Amino acid sequence: MTPVKVEEKLFQNRYRVDAGRPHINIINPTTCQVECKTQECTICCPAGCYTAEGNGQVVLITDGCLECGTCRIICGTYRNVDWEYPRGGYGILFKFG
Amino acid sequence: MDEKFDAIVIGAGPSGNAAAYTMAKAGLKVLQIERGEYPGSKNVQGAILYSKALEEIIPDFRDDAPLERHIIEQQMWVLDDESYVGSTYRSAEFNKEPYNRYTIIRAQFDKWFSKRVQEAGALLVCETTVTNLIMDRNRVIGVQTDREGGSVYADVVILADGVNSLLAKKAGFHAELEPGDVALAVKEIHFLPEETIQSRFNIAEGEGVVIEMAGKITQGMMGTGFLYTNKDSLTIGVGCMLSDFKQQKTTPYMLLEQMKAHPAIKPLLAGGEMKEYTAHLIPEGGYKAMPQLYGEGWMIVGDAGMFVNAVHREGSNLAMTTGRYAAETVIDLLQKKLPTTAANLAFYQARLEDSFVMKDLKKYKRMPEIFHKNNQFFTTYPELVNRAAHTMLTVDGVDKKTKERQIRKSFKQRRSLFGLMGDAFKMWRAFE
Repeated sequence: MTPVKVEEKLFQNRYRVDAGRPHINIINPTTCQVECKTQECTICCPAGCYTAEGNGQVVLITDGCLECGTCRIICGTYRNVDWEYPRGGYGILFKFG
Repeated sequence: MDEKFDAIVIGAGPSGNAAAYTMAKAGLKVLQIERGEYPGSKNVQGAILYSKALEEIIPDFRDDAPLERHIIEQQMWVLDDESYVGSTYRSAEFNKEPYNRYTIIRAQFDKWFSKRVQEAGALLVCETTVTNLIMDRNRVIGVQTDREGGSVYADVVILADGVNSLLAKKAGFHAELEPGDVALAVKEIHFLPEETIQSRFNIAEGEGVVIEMAGKITQGMMGTGFLYTNKDSLTIGVGCMLSDFKQQKTTPYMLLEQMKAHPAIKPLLAGGEMKEYTAHLIPEGGYKAMPQLYGEGWMIVGDAGMFVNAVHREGSNLAMTTGRYAAETVIDLLQKKLPTTAANLAFYQARLEDSFVMKDLKKYKRMPEIFHKNNQFFTTYPELVNRAAHTMLTVDGVDKKTKERQIRKSFKQRRSLFGLMGDAFKMWRAFE
């Protein structure tokens, strides 16, 4: 099967991005890079917001976030995800839901 | 907004709308706060609407609610990689009004429900995120929002803020969810001409089909897939326990993509145009994972309170029912001029215990852990059942008695006789 690009799926969605104010933040990037060997956030996020870099860093870009909560709950060992809802009116805006 | 209300409802999904509607209808001064652009813009569901729960709140909802199709046929598929064994129940009974179940599109449905809530007299404020509960010692007295000067006060705050339930967590009412308490579901909506859907699923205008799926599509994880017919679109999705996604390191949209490529599913979607991709958590921890549901000046309803019956795929009906019970509890107290203390709000819990809500959740309280520890129900059995069907249905000169022996042997080889007996017992324990 040809690998599927999540960007193509997210492209169909409607967002109002709160530029410069991400609603999710990695609390301590060093923890991801040094301590977390599994980095499930980079695999299980349904919007592919987390990317594993070659040097072990995890990069988070919240623009395509579907606001599901997976990353926060999955990071159970380190509790390294600071997760809030976007400001009112921002973020994903489902057309159908 | 420095104003005092009888009640503040956080969230405009099914539970919040049911609560706000019920209280406003009884003449209470209700403020409802929604973070989305409009009610429904943050909400995700399959979605099937069970009529009963809504009828209790809005008896004439069929007059103008945006309903897609009423369900006349339910299929259950058990899938292997290339095949499925299925059962179908279709009845002309389901074509008699009033209809029992409908497919809906939540963004449209929630907007409609919210209109009714506002007509009943509740004040709705959208595009506003509640950031914290305002406490006076251990008592909730209001909420803080992300609007300027956005503190509002009320006798009671109803938390209908969905599965993530951030506000109750911040206030220390319950702990963070565990990956074993939630399922992660991803889905897409594909548009097709109405006539194509009708001929493809053998249905007439207004009639709908539900297909629930289990087996290889979840790649060994505890979960199910589904395909629902809307008026001129199909909803297809798959959900599995988040703990399984984590352990198996599975990427959700890859799982969905592989499911869509299954030889039995692909032709049903052919020619459709995908217009939205969504993901959502479903609180499936069941009775044992439920949080405290009320306290001094607050109550939790809907997904935030883990009100989902995973076995029967029920959630929105529990959401509406819990929203209504919470509202009725408040109405009772205010009419009797009683304070909204934890001791008095305990009547909410009593109403729940007395109803199908808690009775059903208690009935299946062992289900999550049994299925969790026994993934053979999602892998080995679907495979065995499909192979058995294949063996029996292939005409190849082998006599039927020999075929039966082969099938029995395949089951025993994979699970052993004790394994099979144990599994039967576990199934009985899960559903008893």
